[in-house]
Amino acid sequence: MNRRLPPQPHEWIDRTRPVSFTLEGQTFKGFDGDVISSALWANGQSVLGRSFKYHRPRGLLSMADHDINAMYDTPERPNVRGDVTPIEAGMSLAPVNTFGTLAKDKGAWLQTVSRFLPVGFYYQTFHKPKALFPFWEKIIRRMAGLGQVNTDWPAERSVKRYHHTDVAIIGAGVAGLSAAKEAMNAGLDVLLVDENPHIGGSLDTHYPFDEHADGLRESVQALEASPNLTVMTRSYAVGYYGDHWLGVKTPSGLVKVSAKSVVVATGVFEQPGVFRNNDLPGVMNASGAERLVARYGVAPCRVGVVLSANPEGVQAALNMIRAGVTVKALLHTGRLSADVRASLTEVGVHVYEGVESPEALGKQTLQGVQFEAGSQTHQLECDGLMMSFGWAPAGALLYQAGARFSYSESLAQLLPVTLPEGVFACGRINGVFDLQDKAQDGARAGRQAALFAKGQPLDPGIDEAGFRAKQAHSHPYPIWSHPKGKNFVDMDEDIQLKDLKAAIAQGFDNVELLKRYSTLGMGPSQGKHSNMNGIRILARLTQKTIVQAGSTTARPMFHPVPVADLAGQRFRPRRQTPMHDWHATHQAQWMETGPWYRPEYYATESDATASIDAEIDAVRRKVGLIDVSTLGKLTIFGPDAAEFMDRAYTMRMANMKVGTTRYGLMVDDSGVVIDDGVVVRFDEETFYVTTTSTGSDQAYQLLTRKVIEWGLDVIVLNRTGQLAAMNLAGPFSQALLQEVVTQPDFDLSLTGFPYLAARETEVCGCAVTLVRVGFVGELGYEIHCQQADALTIWQGLFAKGERYGLRPFGVEAQRQLRLEKGHIIVGQDTDGLTHPFEASLKWAVHFKKPYFIGRSALQRHKARTQRQLVGFELPLHQPLPEVSNLVIAGGQIRGRVTSVGRSRTLNKIVGLAMVDVDWLQNATLLPIRLSHGPSVEAKRVSLPFYDAQGERQNQPLSLDEPQEANQ
Amino acid sequence: MPLGLLKYAWKSPESMPRFFPDETPLKKHYDAVIIGGGGHGMACAYYLAKEHGLTNVAVLEKGYIGGGNTGRNTTIVRSNYLTSEGVAFYDESLKLFEDLSDEFDLNIFYSTRGHYTLAHSDSALHTMRWRAEVNKFHGIDSEVVDAAHVKKHVPYMDTNCGGHLPVMGALYHAPGSVARHDAVAWGYARGAQSYGVEIHQKTAVTDIRTVGDRVTGVQTDRGFIETPRVISMVAGSTPTVAAMVGLKTPIEIFPLQACVTEPVKPFMDTIVVSGSLHVYVSQSSRGELVMGASVDPAQLHSTRSTLDFVEGLTDQMVDLFPFTSRLKIMRQWAGMSDLTPDFAPIMGKTPIKGFYLDGGWGTWGFKATPVSGKTMAHTVATDETHHLIQPFSLDRFERFNLVGEKGAASVGH
Repeated sequence: MNRRLPPQPHEWIDRTRPVSFTLEGQTFKGFDGDVISSALWANGQSVLGRSFKYHRPRGLLSMADHDINAMYDTPERPNVRGDVTPIEAGMSLAPVNTFGTLAKDKGAWLQTVSRFLPVGFYYQTFHKPKALFPFWEKIIRRMAGLGQVNTDWPAERSVKRYHHTDVAIIGAGVAGLSAAKEAMNAGLDVLLVDENPHIGGSLDTHYPFDEHADGLRESVQALEASPNLTVMTRSYAVGYYGDHWLGVKTPSGLVKVSAKSVVVATGVFEQPGVFRNNDLPGVMNASGAERLVARYGVAPCRVGVVLSANPEGVQAALNMIRAGVTVKALLHTGRLSADVRASLTEVGVHVYEGVESPEALGKQTLQGVQFEAGSQTHQLECDGLMMSFGWAPAGALLYQAGARFSYSESLAQLLPVTLPEGVFACGRINGVFDLQDKAQDGARAGRQAALFAKGQPLDPGIDEAGFRAKQAHSHPYPIWSHPKGKNFVDMDEDIQLKDLKAAIAQGFDNVELLKRYSTLGMGPSQGKHSNMNGIRILARLTQKTIVQAGSTTARPMFHPVPVADLAGQRFRPRRQTPMHDWHATHQAQWMETGPWYRPEYYATESDATASIDAEIDAVRRKVGLIDVSTLGKLTIFGPDAAEFMDRAYTMRMANMKVGTTRYGLMVDDSGVVIDDGVVVRFDEETFYVTTTSTGSDQAYQLLTRKVIEWGLDVIVLNRTGQLAAMNLAGPFSQALLQEVVTQPDFDLSLTGFPYLAARETEVCGCAVTLVRVGFVGELGYEIHCQQADALTIWQGLFAKGERYGLRPFGVEAQRQLRLEKGHIIVGQDTDGLTHPFEASLKWAVHFKKPYFIGRSALQRHKARTQRQLVGFELPLHQPLPEVSNLVIAGGQIRGRVTSVGRSRTLNKIVGLAMVDVDWLQNATLLPIRLSHGPSVEAKRVSLPFYDAQGERQNQPLSLDEPQEANQ
Repeated sequence: MPLGLLKYAWKSPESMPRFFPDETPLKKHYDAVIIGGGGHGMACAYYLAKEHGLTNVAVLEKGYIGGGNTGRNTTIVRSNYLTSEGVAFYDESLKLFEDLSDEFDLNIFYSTRGHYTLAHSDSALHTMRWRAEVNKFHGIDSEVVDAAHVKKHVPYMDTNCGGHLPVMGALYHAPGSVARHDAVAWGYARGAQSYGVEIHQKTAVTDIRTVGDRVTGVQTDRGFIETPRVISMVAGSTPTVAAMVGLKTPIEIFPLQACVTEPVKPFMDTIVVSGSLHVYVSQSSRGELVMGASVDPAQLHSTRSTLDFVEGLTDQMVDLFPFTSRLKIMRQWAGMSDLTPDFAPIMGKTPIKGFYLDGGWGTWGFKATPVSGKTMAHTVATDETHHLIQPFSLDRFERFNLVGEKGAASVGH
């Protein structure tokens, strides 16, 4: 059966360009511009899909992105919607959620047992016996869900854009276009968004032969040529996210729109009637039929009947006839005026008035309609039943923006009553139905939106309700119960009237509870064709008004949005130090620490352990160099800098002498250790601090916030990316550094440049700050310099370093070296509750300051410290405990390992553990349970493990007096 | 087909027992008033009536049953916590959950799926091992597995994460489950009501009356009620309700958002969480992927959705599960998380006699529903703090005796 009509005046298809595709392996031909549903329907296919629960045959309903029952899988993606997805050559479709074929779905037997599967049936059974539930669950899960996912699909990511405009108008129907015209006349930039491929809304579908529409159509064309109009078609606003901020899904990706004012002209969703077999293929919304005819030139049926409660139904019947579709009767629920009646009979449409209790007849597809009129039961044969019962506002964006809706009894429609600032509504969503009125209402909204966008007061003389319809365009209760049921309220979820009745009877009589129990409106169309009828039913059954019955929250997304569009392009900040390439060419094995890539070790030896041991050995006995550019680096300066430092850090900083350094420990308000680093004082008003690599952003944020909170005259400058740093450590470090210091007479002697001092000088001809610190436990110098100079210095050191045995060392060696020295790593040896007294950092807390962050908390912690970080050791040959293995004694957890490693330097396993103080007092052995069961008894030892006296800081070696480093 | 379905052949829907009674007038006096008709409130009412014979109880809910975080969470149930206190508490909850369907004669779709918490860094792996070791010590099925194990059991995961922060291992918790969140609240509500408890929806508490340091009643928008016991189980509104009796809590409110995709046929059986990527995901019995991330970055007393959230979440999802880029996000929503400084709840008695607090649930409230109801009911009925919740008392903040769940990474669903 071919349902293609002769060419229609405004059709979207190109009949010169046929397109072939397949469904269930069968080839279908359509035209360029067809959507899947229109092409299938044109070919006489009436069963477009199967329903979710009962696998009933379903046809088309809205042709407006609500037709969840016509959904297909392609080899590339699931859940492709037939009513809006254009056909493409070679497209291969399979219906979703069908067991067998569309014609013969093995799941269809379920409708014969539907009495056993009432609303929420799955809550009432399958759980006894408990052991069988997993079996039933598998079946239930297989029955649920729609399309099939292929887990081998590669990632798709589209490009996101921003768009800034004066006025954003959502919906390019008559009202939206008129609003656009008005705002553009005011000289503003306008963005017009419409989900259809062409603008005009119902102009072409509902008014294809209307002469007034022709005038509007012409002005649309004039609009489109205007430079200050941006039109996004096939696009929809996914949500209103506050402050005139909208997400707009376009074919090429997500556009984030920021507008000064927003006009919502999204129109209304046509609501089906609820009556027996209202889901049979052939029963559809009249507006759906109009779209089918006007856009795709496809007849909805051979012989049609219009079932109507409003003027739109009458117009639809006339439109059908003009287009060449046979409409044998119009069944009207009310009365028609004589001239309307005459206009219908004139074109051969038989009119029935006062129609009640319609019922669709047929098995697989529609074969007729039965109804009552004039106290008689009538039956008519037909294969198309076009419903025109009324409308529900497409109000999601307005709800999200904070608009309040109220139900107008006279219009039998929900209407916006209060709108947030800068948000305007017009057209049918505002209860305006007449073509001319819609144009005027749109102009009104456009004018107001333009005034708002210009920052001018709104025109108080304009009545938002001025153009609203005087009579209802919706049936107040288009719902008819039937003893045999199958009168569907929600086609997505196969919810019948009896299901809602049952749910309400069981106490789910709040609209939200009703939704959650019955799943009304929870399917992919999110209630677009079902929520309004659901509310009408709830109100009727609970004897409440529509307003009292309430409505559910309209949450984003307006239509579902592909993850690929929301995810967008993959931007992962990746930070590299100036020495990155050098590391790479020296066999660096990378590790990711936040956005940074750092050498974990250099694969110079046979395996990782050997390489790391060699690095450690170099630092302990000769000299090593590590790139520490990833450290956070902040300059804090200003008249109040010293005061600021005193408040931000636990140690006293105001009394630091210029040219010295101090350990910088940061805790939060509850006294928990959050960061540490080195503080350098350059002058009275300038401090330079380092933070941990991963904590640098948080530290900077915290300090910046504190500047504002405390109102101090100080500036915190984040120099992490501007400066680079490296640490030269080992007994030869002084001698090697001496060779590259280019400032004449610079005093590198142990007394001239003592431990914990800082100096500004020149190395390899570059300005640097040298800081004498000892994180790894050897004589060493941190060299801070400009990024641009870092590689020069690094290479300069290696140029002179060979004869000293200089080796680069990575993060793993550094971890091991500092562990031997008993230095903690914040975040590894501390956790979310560790305070300084637990971490053996009592010395770093100076209470002789009136205030610092965490001071009062720390005073309490000091009084009763419950845990303590202690050192332990094991013979080298013992199994190596892992970090986080527990200390278990007397059947209780007493602590955990925070750091551990095999120390070649010390020839034993050394580690740190955070242990309960109560238990610790008498303990000399720490029983550590290994990950796979057995325990080892580690000896508790005092810290540090290595160089307890700190002598290594003052034991430089030089090549002139060769000697082995003191072990 | 199970026999249970046959009963519908003879029963008309109207003859089915009501879950919740029709609206009735408020009584003048109740032995206890529970503020908040979510899962916790209903569970507390249920156990008060069932286990302690306290049936002259009213649950006051300003919205509808389960309309707060009970209906907004991502339904994950697990017990692999970091602290001994947390493990003992949530383990009891999990055990209660397992039997709830039977107890209610209502299928709550308790579905054991297995729960992976991915580690993308050394330090995350350390935390996972810490949790696993504590869990194992307490007899909880929990272990650290390597990336190969993850790949084997969740083969469709890109453990390389698109080349950035690859999966290094995971904490695997076999008992990790999902359940139908609403049904949990409904089951408790129906059960409580069968013992005579009254549930009043659309009833807002506007004030709590005290005489001296003792509760005497609550003022509602439907009139005053005398009661010697008031139990606050209101999650995001905890600071507001606590302020009615002059109490301060160290609770901060952060929005927590979630979203679902369009339904697809089942392919994902496990629950996957990644703290580093700020993603957690499971597939519901309806076929939707239910996804969430960590709490919003700033405090806000609101349930609005943001575009940032869903952009950030999907970006990471595509790294972890590339094929999900072809699914569609259908709906997003938000709840309000009431977070405490140590990420553990506040439960039990307060300095105001007769005022009991159950809040500070952060992002873990749903999975504690049964145990919090049970232990709070015990505490209220006996006026003795249940041993499982002793560590969670409000005064721990004054005593600086925090619980320390915060150590276990910030995304802990």
